[in-house]
Amino acid sequence: MKEYKTITRIAGPLVFVEKTDPVGYGDLVKLSLPSGEIKNGQVLDTSGDIVIVQVFEGTSGIDKNSGVKFLGETIKLAVSPDMLGRILSGAGKPIDGGPEVIPEKKLDIIGAAINPYARGNPADFIQTGVSTIDAMNTLVRGQKLPIFSGSGLPHNEIALQIARQAKVVGQESNFVVIFAAMGITNEEAQYFIKDFEETGALGRSVVFLNLADDPAVERLVTPRMALTAAEYFAFEKDMHVLVILTDMTNYCESLREIGAAREEVPGRRGYPGYMYTDLATIYERAGMIKGKKGSVTQIPILTMVGDDITHPIPDLTGYITEGQIVLSRELHRKNVYPPIDVLPSLSRLMNLGIGKGKTRDDHKQVSDQMYANYAEGRDLRGLVAIVGEEALSERDKRLLHFAATFEDKFVRQDRREDRVITKTLNLGWELLARFPKKDLTRISGELKEKYYKEEKVSPTASPEEKKEEKKK
Amino acid sequence: MAKKQTSETSSKTTGGVRSASQAKSIGVLFRIAGPVVVAKGLDARMYDVVRVGKERLMGEIIQIVGDKTVIQVYEDTSGIKPGEPVENTGEQLSVELGPGLLTSIYDGIQRPLPTLIKQMGNFIFRGVDAPGLDHDKKWDFKPTKKKGDKVKHGDIIGEVEETPGFTHRIMVPEGMAGKIIEIKSGKHSVDDVICVLDSDQEITMMQKWPVRKPRKVRKKLAPTIPLVTGQRVFDVFFPVAKGGAAAIPGPFGAGKTVSQQQLAKWCDADVIVYVGCGERGNEMTEVLTEFPELQDPKTGKPLMNRTVLIANTSNMPVAAREASVYTGATIAEYFRDMGYHVAMMGDSTSRWAEAMREISSRLEEMPGEEGYPAYLSTRLAEFYERAARVVPLGIDTEGSVTIIGAVSPPGGDFSEPVTQSTLRVTKTFWALDAKLAQRRHFPSINWLTSYSLYLDTLESWYAQHVAADWRKCMDELMSMLQEEEKLLEIVQLVGSDSLPERQQVTLEIARMIREFVLQQNAFHEVDTFCELKKSYLLMKTILHYSNLANAALDQGVRAKQLLALKAKDRIAEAKFEKNYEKLLKDVQKEMDVEFNKL
Repeated sequence: MKEYKTITRIAGPLVFVEKTDPVGYGDLVKLSLPSGEIKNGQVLDTSGDIVIVQVFEGTSGIDKNSGVKFLGETIKLAVSPDMLGRILSGAGKPIDGGPEVIPEKKLDIIGAAINPYARGNPADFIQTGVSTIDAMNTLVRGQKLPIFSGSGLPHNEIALQIARQAKVVGQESNFVVIFAAMGITNEEAQYFIKDFEETGALGRSVVFLNLADDPAVERLVTPRMALTAAEYFAFEKDMHVLVILTDMTNYCESLREIGAAREEVPGRRGYPGYMYTDLATIYERAGMIKGKKGSVTQIPILTMVGDDITHPIPDLTGYITEGQIVLSRELHRKNVYPPIDVLPSLSRLMNLGIGKGKTRDDHKQVSDQMYANYAEGRDLRGLVAIVGEEALSERDKRLLHFAATFEDKFVRQDRREDRVITKTLNLGWELLARFPKKDLTRISGELKEKYYKEEKVSPTASPEEKKEEKKK
Repeated sequence: MAKKQTSETSSKTTGGVRSASQAKSIGVLFRIAGPVVVAKGLDARMYDVVRVGKERLMGEIIQIVGDKTVIQVYEDTSGIKPGEPVENTGEQLSVELGPGLLTSIYDGIQRPLPTLIKQMGNFIFRGVDAPGLDHDKKWDFKPTKKKGDKVKHGDIIGEVEETPGFTHRIMVPEGMAGKIIEIKSGKHSVDDVICVLDSDQEITMMQKWPVRKPRKVRKKLAPTIPLVTGQRVFDVFFPVAKGGAAAIPGPFGAGKTVSQQQLAKWCDADVIVYVGCGERGNEMTEVLTEFPELQDPKTGKPLMNRTVLIANTSNMPVAAREASVYTGATIAEYFRDMGYHVAMMGDSTSRWAEAMREISSRLEEMPGEEGYPAYLSTRLAEFYERAARVVPLGIDTEGSVTIIGAVSPPGGDFSEPVTQSTLRVTKTFWALDAKLAQRRHFPSINWLTSYSLYLDTLESWYAQHVAADWRKCMDELMSMLQEEEKLLEIVQLVGSDSLPERQQVTLEIARMIREFVLQQNAFHEVDTFCELKKSYLLMKTILHYSNLANAALDQGVRAKQLLALKAKDRIAEAKFEKNYEKLLKDVQKEMDVEFNKL
């Protein structure tokens, strides 16, 4: 293999090499530095005149005399069942002190698109044990459901709780978690690994770590490594894989960094115009395939810059993923864990995974009713600020009170609390019991007959009113 | 990785646009950077289809600079090297048109997805070619013209029963005309010559048409017939005309996809072309698995029998996404030319615009607003112009293409370029509203911001076919909804109890309109489709209450008493009732009784 010493320009993470033989687009590159260090890179742009290489480990120490070798193959990940329990770097190398993974095969990390006609229909309810997700924004197998968070919000705890508790009721085996960290701090990484070890989850996990001080370019590879491993376990080993990607914002920043270094025409907020397609090639690698037992479910986490949901990253993500779980700073300030705001949250595949035989016959209607009541109750808070609670009608008072208890009882739960779906739904009925039967317009009479028990003394009433009511 | 090549279908004599005289030109690759590559030494014309590299990936010429040709490639370009050959096929990106289109499921460049699974498994790898039509299948061709008849471009020479009950009319391709020397009935494949003209031209059942070029028509007609959708909010308040164009913009999570699927299922078009352009894989799967199971409400047969699906999900090559809407439009126009009404759904045109932006930025073009190319609005306008109600070239029966394009404005901001350029050319606007969706008001079409500019042109049709006072009823309901909006602002400040009696009643009627007319349950077996007569009766019943209530108010009845009446709430039952006519009549009678008691 030829080694070239024709580097003409080094800028940011990019190295420009001249006078090469034809080099394939996307090929892997090895750079040998004068210090003896070896760095890896990938071809971003190739032509008869010049080849542009992005260097994964950063360009520090590279000079014009460094040697460049083109390996003639694209980036591949060595996969094998032995990967379970291992901690790998963002580029797929073991960093837990253990031996190299002996590959069963090597897979191209740029996965091919699943033929839409070959996809299976996602329909299995995943119970996460978190009420706001299970009841209101149900996760199903094969779905990609991101968590939209903000800096300082406990998205990592929620992700861990989901990873710990997620199961399809009745089929708890063959479950694998693949965790890919992109640009998170060492402290956060330690927290994840410690939790995995404590709960014994590590044995059925593969961890890819790209930390904040690891090269930014490597981040572009990390999620693809993780998803390649996920597809391998799902479609070749018949396992159900949950992939957690954190933090996608860091990934997009890296994408922008490379775009800027290549002097590309920037799109919105400086992010490259192809970011939508690029993100799609990550998120769309979730799903099921007809005739295969396994599945890939994705929970990408992203922190919204300035809590702005219209920022390009959450915006484009929302267009590709099947819904989103949105965390709220307001709830977090009220000390509600998990601070999931159900109103802007959504699971597009929810209806496929709930109902009779999957969760319970009343699931959809209870969830709709709680949505409607909570939305109205929240709206009323604005009104109360102006006119005071006294001016409200009886029904409005109930709604206002519902919004408060909903946050306090239904949303709030312990970090270790694994609520089964029936318990969650019963809790919903408990909260709804404060409304007279006729006010529950989203629930059919039949279901109300089955589950509804009205609370006689209105809990929204003030102490004096309660006394009066008792007198009556 | 499968690299099987099927035979080059383009080499056959298939009529349509042919450029046989042009020799195939071969150049070499010079530069590769993602889906856009540059070749040198190629004899190139804009939009010619080329074969790139040793794997012969499909691409299209999009820019010519000196001796350099810029090509967008429809497949992944990893591993392709400078110096590999590039061959110009001399043809433009075309689709195969003929029997076998219906029931097909294609990707953005008309490769049948089920065939791709057979050839390369569950994932789509590159370098695989598959013709759009099944070239082996025999169709029973019945001529409608005979020896000695004179025919020209667009004339119908025969018929094929493509799917049970659907007649596919075989037309003379462009550039052919003459007297028929021979015409063969019986079983033929799409490549067999079925008709010979005295001009030595041979006609097969298949023709090719370049996707970027609109098909020719005899005359364009004014849009005076509505596309009946069975969705009350559309049919009553915001109709779209056959041959018109509608835009559904909606922030994510507002129920856009469900609305479009409802339209596809229930609108009264003969043929449905559904283009999933850059959409989610799992949702596309829902369409792909649901459609084949759907029953056609008109014939009782599978809906797929008159549907063509095009699925190019967001992770499939971006250039193919750019082409997918044109592929859809061309297929739609082809059926229109047979005298059919076609509804084409594009979901979503924003993804298509983004594909344009991506390719434009790779070409290093000067960006316009928000990075979109400066020609964005021209392209959008050109595309929506392909919607039309027409008299086709060869048949006197009218045909039409109605385009319903979904737009997904980032952050729900309607002022962004794609939405704005779309609104300039579409006459109906169905504003999906995430707030309504959060309240579980479905379809979550905002009745105050949506509009239809077809109301006046369609008025006489409604008067003729449903009821003379259709427009009047609708206007009345609309004005009450608008009044409600104003009143609600006051209620926010002072509470509903302090409103005048009459306005309290108006609020109640507006609530009835919202719940009984605007809201419709797509998942309820009866409510999912609402015929015009039913919409009309629902309106009438609400207006009946309104008239009675206003009369009662004049006689000094209190609003509280009116609001407490029971009969009006039974209108809701009619939504879910097949035998709605009787029920609504009963309700009206009950109302009369109730009011008499007052």
